[in-house]
Amino acid sequence: MNLPALKFSKKPGEMSRRDLLKSGGALATVTLAPGVTLMAFGGEATAAADPGKRWGLLIDVNKCDKGCTECVTACSKENGWKDTGHPETDAQWIRKVDLKDMATGREISAPVMCQHCEDAPCIDVCPTSASFKRPDGIVLVDKHACIGCRYCMMACPYKARSFIHEDLEDQKAHAPRGKGTVESCTLCVHRVDAGGTPACVEACNTTGHGAMMFGDLNDPESEIAKALASYPSVALRDDLRLNPGVRYSNL
Amino acid sequence: MERIIYREIKPNTPFWGLLAILGAFLLAAAASVLYIEHHGHIVTGMTNQIVWGVPHVFAIFLIVAASGALNVSSIGSVFGKTAYKPTARLSGLLAMSLLMGGLAVLVLDLGRPDRLIIAMTTYNFKSIFAWNVLLYTGFLGVVAIYLYAQMARGIHSHLLKTVGLTAFLWRLALTTGTGSIFGWLVARPGYDAAIMAPMFIAMSFSFGLAIFMLVMIGTCTMTGRKYGVKLRTRQARLLGLFVAVVLYFAAVQHLSNLYVAEHAGVERFILFDGGIYTALFWGGQVILGGLVPLALLFHPKLDTKKSLVVLAAILVVLGGLVQLYIIVVGGQAYPMEIFPGYQASSSFFDGAVSTYTPTYLEFLLGFGGIALALTITTLGMKFLRILPNNLSDANVDPKGLEED
Repeated sequence: MNLPALKFSKKPGEMSRRDLLKSGGALATVTLAPGVTLMAFGGEATAAADPGKRWGLLIDVNKCDKGCTECVTACSKENGWKDTGHPETDAQWIRKVDLKDMATGREISAPVMCQHCEDAPCIDVCPTSASFKRPDGIVLVDKHACIGCRYCMMACPYKARSFIHEDLEDQKAHAPRGKGTVESCTLCVHRVDAGGTPACVEACNTTGHGAMMFGDLNDPESEIAKALASYPSVALRDDLRLNPGVRYSNL
Repeated sequence: MERIIYREIKPNTPFWGLLAILGAFLLAAAASVLYIEHHGHIVTGMTNQIVWGVPHVFAIFLIVAASGALNVSSIGSVFGKTAYKPTARLSGLLAMSLLMGGLAVLVLDLGRPDRLIIAMTTYNFKSIFAWNVLLYTGFLGVVAIYLYAQMARGIHSHLLKTVGLTAFLWRLALTTGTGSIFGWLVARPGYDAAIMAPMFIAMSFSFGLAIFMLVMIGTCTMTGRKYGVKLRTRQARLLGLFVAVVLYFAAVQHLSNLYVAEHAGVERFILFDGGIYTALFWGGQVILGGLVPLALLFHPKLDTKKSLVVLAAILVVLGGLVQLYIIVVGGQAYPMEIFPGYQASSSFFDGAVSTYTPTYLEFLLGFGGIALALTITTLGMKFLRILPNNLSDANVDPKGLEED
């Protein structure tokens, strides 16, 4: 059921000859005992859904330009959701929230998307387990198991999820969507699994703002982990203790 | 005094007329469902901000009322009140019918109702929704056995009491589950309150008994059967007590929230400046759905005027729908505070009170749920021996009612 994880659920016995040939030199077969072999596969497959990783984002609010929506545009283009002229029902995987400190008058802006919580309320409330978390911390919706009850949307403290209210056209093959089901930011799981970074982060860097950083929170040597260790940052709705994978600095 | 004899209701002109009207509502609901499923939820008033709307108000109302409709049965066999026993079968039948009506609305509003089989076969036991699937189907089973035990010959009274007690405990669990759908939502300030579960139980007592009395009065009028004034008045006074308990829980719910600074915003929204929600709260829930029925049900001339009872019961039902509208829709309309201390705005309506204009399609679906419940009840009474021929006071429990 778990779309992105399908690659890993393939048992060696289910491999096609083509898969076997494709994996080529990365395939190693170790004979543990007569008749018992351990097969390891290299290449693309081992890069995905690594339980040792915890993918996350760090958003520097000071670097985020109030008028800039490049991250939103990039996500929309990458994943195929768009403005159809119905703002109340259109899906928005990422949005720019303009903020004004009511005490000081300071004005800032920040992107908000699925926060990829460790203890995600959407996963807790989903009756069919369509909302799930990959071993590497990415929270996704299994579009084949979602019955469209929207309880996850009621439960999400970040308003990160959208329900598909009408027919869809021109879908992206790597981001399947379906009328009557719920969806949200996938952290560009297809890019991450291929060793890339989410489209929003890439777009933010292209603009020169560099307000978004992506990386493995579990790897103390990663840029994001070092930044989190060096400077103060916060989680949205920290009072709920959901331990989100998305953090904000200078908020 | 005659023996209590249960008989199927005989089809007469009003009976067929009622079925025709209910059938029309069912057809309209079916058309609405097909239309919504074809076009998507874009044709409803529901949005990404108000994700649950009028269908959920009706569905939850019916599910809550279902467990309450079983009260009369429970009072008869669990708490041993003889006067309630002759109407216990109707109580059980109505409980099952209302639950089926509510579940039908809930299921038909899903984005993918065709995938119901997934909900029936895949359970996430951390989800109160998944627990509710088991609680609801279990309730239907337990009440069916309870109904059978009441109707079959030679069932020992101890066994009947045990089954009745099981059904009573099950209905408490069921309503706890329904209330917890909201009580356990920590994200939204309008929910996230442990009082939701007991408040829903109190609401079920009130709404369920109100519907039961309306169905009783309607059926007796339609079939020409007697419904003793003392029995009716006694049940109406009990309804008055339940209405008072619901008001009490609503008061505690809001007073507790007012005490918590972080909930002050949502309380101000519902109680003072929430526009339609404030008007519905004071005008609909408190006055028309609470204080007015309370005054009617404790009116000294209640026993001489059936119309007072009917009016009070109708007001309780309408007040209940309004109360659930405020909980379900009002709770979502008030913005979530993702950035405390900041004024927020965005293309996704952050920081803004969400608007909701339900379409007629949603009402058709909701009315369809009520129609389904009443159709099942009516057909149940037609084919099963549900109601006694004579419910006059002298017949039901002369001694018990004299004591009142």
